[in-house]
Amino acid sequence: MSAVAPAIEVRGLTRRFGERTVLREVSVAVPRGATLAVLGRNGAGKSTLLRVLATLLSPHAGEVTVLGESLPSRGFAVRGRVGYLGHDPLLYRDLTPRENLRYHARLHRVPLTRVDELLEIAGMRLRADDPVRTLSQGMVQRLAVCRATLHHPQVLLLDEPRANLDPGAGDLLEPLIGRRSETTRVLTSHDPAAALREADLVLGLYDGRAAFCSQADQVGASELEALYR
Amino acid sequence: MTPYSRGLRGLTTATAATLAAGLALVFFYAPLDADQGFIQKIFYVHVPLAIVSLCGFVLGGLFAAGHLRTRDPKWDMRSYVAIHMSLIFAVGGLITGSIWARASWGHWWEWSDPTLVSYLIVFLLFATYQPLRFSIEDPERQARYASVFAVVGAAFVPMNFIAVRLSQGFVHPRVLTLSGGRLPGAMQLTFAVSLIAIALLFTTLWKYELTAKSTRMQVRRLRRVALGDDAVRPLGRSAAPS
Amino acid sequence: MRTALIVLRKDILLELRTFETLPAMILFAVSTFVVFHFALNRSSIGGQLAAGVLTATVLFAGLLGVNRLFVADREQGGFDAFMLAPVDRSALLLAKASALFIFLAVLEVVALPAFALLLLGPSLGPALGGLIVLLALADVAVAVIGTLVSAIAVHTRARDLIAPIIALPLLIPALIATAEGAGPLLSAHAHRFPEGRWLAILALYDLVFALLAHAVFDFLLED
Repeated sequence: MSAVAPAIEVRGLTRRFGERTVLREVSVAVPRGATLAVLGRNGAGKSTLLRVLATLLSPHAGEVTVLGESLPSRGFAVRGRVGYLGHDPLLYRDLTPRENLRYHARLHRVPLTRVDELLEIAGMRLRADDPVRTLSQGMVQRLAVCRATLHHPQVLLLDEPRANLDPGAGDLLEPLIGRRSETTRVLTSHDPAAALREADLVLGLYDGRAAFCSQADQVGASELEALYR
Repeated sequence: MTPYSRGLRGLTTATAATLAAGLALVFFYAPLDADQGFIQKIFYVHVPLAIVSLCGFVLGGLFAAGHLRTRDPKWDMRSYVAIHMSLIFAVGGLITGSIWARASWGHWWEWSDPTLVSYLIVFLLFATYQPLRFSIEDPERQARYASVFAVVGAAFVPMNFIAVRLSQGFVHPRVLTLSGGRLPGAMQLTFAVSLIAIALLFTTLWKYELTAKSTRMQVRRLRRVALGDDAVRPLGRSAAPS
Repeated sequence: MRTALIVLRKDILLELRTFETLPAMILFAVSTFVVFHFALNRSSIGGQLAAGVLTATVLFAGLLGVNRLFVADREQGGFDAFMLAPVDRSALLLAKASALFIFLAVLEVVALPAFALLLLGPSLGPALGGLIVLLALADVAVAVIGTLVSAIAVHTRARDLIAPIIALPLLIPALIATAEGAGPLLSAHAHRFPEGRWLAILALYDLVFALLAHAVFDFLLED
């Protein structure tokens, strides 16, 4: 085990929504370059956890450290190094893929050539100048992945990255968001088997609490079942 | 026993006493106004209501600023109750102002009086406070946005008065005189007592409402701890902070 | 500043692509002039009445723009996208207020001639310069307050209803100064320039609200 500080460290994270507690004393540590899969039912708190790590939400209690920076106070230091892919593609439907990516590139101070590079990798060159609202859901998801990885993030937060993607598209995007990307990744998935294949660590959330947190190859079938009961 | 309820009994007694004293002075001590007659006495209700409600709005803004800085929901609760109380007092102020306008000038409203007009504008602004709160469902966001609104509203109060006054300063003479110096001694005393009485009334009601709200919250919290989360029915959509 | 320009550029591009807001504002203003013709039963108005009609119309058309200002961001994830970027967040206030100011300016470029054509009795010519200065200051007030109110309203359920009822009282002092300042400019023996007093009130109002908006805007963007 290396002595390098983990890329992500969460201790006793609690986040409420009104009177409901969405995340309850969740703790997990993700070493650099590792992949964490977060599993659980709808409403278990997976998306909320990702949003906290993305600096979009601040913790109500507990400590969160991403890439050595404590959140929320040092959120601005983290933003440029984290890539977030949520349920919403975060794209303007009336602008073209190229225009959308250029907007994000400018915000992140990324050279515009990177936009063309990504459009090429994602196989979107032919549709790059059609408004996003004319694209299929699969293409929108591909574009969303481009947006999330535009600025060469060191940490990737992927909320159901495979949604709407056919296997071919999934392969195209491997170098961006897969193991080959050499980033620290946190992903959620509704397909436990697929997630386990991709992950080094697994965090199971049940009703906002951490039901279990272990290495991917040590997760038992009964533990998984209990999550979705 | 919450911190808000400390000294509440004494305060209530003091308020009742001052109100009674004020009423007595208004009816039996203050001289009858030569021009306006008996109806002029509404001045002793109208002006204190107006002053106290305006101070209440500004106070609500100050509490809201405290909430934004500390994120402590207690400040939001104080702000909400202050503004909500002030709105009620302001309705009273506007109605009594209208009655006084009728007595002084014969119409139920007087546009040439910059103070009354500014007051109406401030009221119109703060009347949107509760609809705004009610239409935001996330309680934390509701509190935060309401606080931003309250801060802007409180800053608006002086600006509005200055702007309206400047727009009329050279055209119409100042119709209402509030400066104590122009009132004869007996009227001054009555006015002072009325002002204190209304201010005490505001403070007492403010404390009562805060006591009620915080007790309710405590009970909910205890029930949740004792009986589990599911035993406590969630509060419906509400404009009040929780 | 750089960030504000990036966001502004995106918003202008969106408006040019969709034409959702500006044509509606312009049509609304012109229709309102027609409404006033019938409501007042006058073919031509001048002086303070004209100033009032013009100011009120521009104000209400401006509220249409206020309602739409953050809608695309709210519905298409624009807030998240901005919040994820390593940028100064108060730039959003500057960008949106600038966008609204530009919309108002374009609106007035069309609405003023329309007003002169349809309703205004006295000639607009001699007082045009002064009127433009006055309207520019008024537009800043609407832009700043409109952006602030729009940011508050966009997260509420009754979005289109909340924004006008909050914005109108806040804008009344600016309205007073604009209408009173424009009155003498639109009368038969037109003054060339508005009284300094009204410009000063507007400028002061703009400054105070700009500072206030800057101070509180960040609180609206969080979480």
